[in-house]
Amino acid sequence: MANDQNGTTSLQLAAAWIFVGIPLAWGVWETLANAMKLFS
Amino acid sequence: MALSFLDRERTVAKSGFNRWMVPPAALCMHLCIGQAYAFSVFNLPMTKLLGITQSAPGDWKLTELGWIFSIAIVFLGLSAAVFGRWVEEGGPRRAMFTAGLCWTLGFLVSAVGVYSHQLWLIYLGYGVLGGIGLGIGYISPVSTLIKWFPDRPGMATGMAIMGFGGGAFIASPLSVWLMQKFSTPTHIGVAETFIAMGLIYLCFTWVGAAIVRVPAPGWLPAGYTPPVQAQKLITKNDVFVYDAVKTPQFWLIWWVLCLNVTAGIGVLGQASAMSQEMFPGRVTPAAAAGFVGLISLFNMLGRFFWASTSDLIGRKNTYFCFFAIGTVLYILVPQTGSMGSVTLFVLCFLVILSMYGGGFATVPAYLKDMFGTRYVGAIHGMLLTAWSMAGVLGPVLVNYIREYQINNGVPKAQAYNTTMYIMAGLLVIGFICNALVRAVHERHHLKAGDARVAMARG
Repeated sequence: MANDQNGTTSLQLAAAWIFVGIPLAWGVWETLANAMKLFS
Repeated sequence: MALSFLDRERTVAKSGFNRWMVPPAALCMHLCIGQAYAFSVFNLPMTKLLGITQSAPGDWKLTELGWIFSIAIVFLGLSAAVFGRWVEEGGPRRAMFTAGLCWTLGFLVSAVGVYSHQLWLIYLGYGVLGGIGLGIGYISPVSTLIKWFPDRPGMATGMAIMGFGGGAFIASPLSVWLMQKFSTPTHIGVAETFIAMGLIYLCFTWVGAAIVRVPAPGWLPAGYTPPVQAQKLITKNDVFVYDAVKTPQFWLIWWVLCLNVTAGIGVLGQASAMSQEMFPGRVTPAAAAGFVGLISLFNMLGRFFWASTSDLIGRKNTYFCFFAIGTVLYILVPQTGSMGSVTLFVLCFLVILSMYGGGFATVPAYLKDMFGTRYVGAIHGMLLTAWSMAGVLGPVLVNYIREYQINNGVPKAQAYNTTMYIMAGLLVIGFICNALVRAVHERHHLKAGDARVAMARG
């Protein structure tokens, strides 16, 4: 594969982290929004 | 062969590959299978598939549905133990591809079960097939991460296993949203949600399988030199998977994990009811749901925090922290009830659940320290049977002792006190087991030229 031959580009690295980071951040945000009810 | 791209040889990274590509690959897997923690969101809707607005005769009962998760966790432990060596030798791509397929097939078979209202199909689908996907998927990236991050193995595996905790955060709101989209006044959209989620998870896990790589033999991170001075509890040798289970160290760590998980898992399942019963009138159902979300968040964050900390203070010391701090906090919990301090109660459980998650995330690096990197994935797979055991023991302790106390006239607000003291006692036993862990005797070390090494690939 291209990245193996030429090394990992910053774009590939960022894309990989964004791919998993966005759903995780959304889930954490939803949880925190619910958790706030504990202190309201 | 058509599937030769899954071979371990095809996943060996060439020069220039950035090792930080591997944690997101592992997260692709763990974020998906972490859905298991959020399966309970389907329970209530599945009790009304026929009646729609309320349960009708013929609708499934909650007690029948509770078995789906239990079967999945049992098959997680069994498949991790049975397929551990296959995962280790076949490589992470084949394992992640297979796990993703099993996980998705589990959802699709369950969707058929919902359509045809056949509960046994859901037991078979999500429970058995999904459970096998869970087991293979859980262990698939672990040894790969340890090999990529010999300088920080705890942090690396902690990152992946944190994803397992985080998967529920995504799955829970996503499931609710999808069920709303697919439901009509005459139909509850559980089957369609299963299909949609199964397909989403297939894409995610296969992206992870595509980008995962194993390091070339002998590869080391730039600037990293393995410590020259031998450390007592970090071996430079490897132990064959079936030899590892013959050592006392394996079984001591098995009990360390089992007791740490038992102390946390019962609370995790009963947190909502417990908070409301210990603080009647002060913690509303909505606030209790917030409490559950918060402890789940700390369960996730603890996986990264404690596993990373173990790189600095050592695995054994990390577990000493879990057991010592956990014992004190469990003894403190009944006092928070009698003091009426919700804040202190919440703080106690946030720390306890962070250590529950931390126990899961630190154990692969503990095994690597004791048994070497070569078979760590397979050994880890076998160790996960401790999770299956704790998955039964923890909820039984919490639920049955509570019921016994209430039946004997103890007020609900104090019905958990005995359980908390029992949990503290279990953690003391865990502390002792951890203290007994010593370096593995050299007679168990794999020798060069061992026939079993020649048989194993990679």
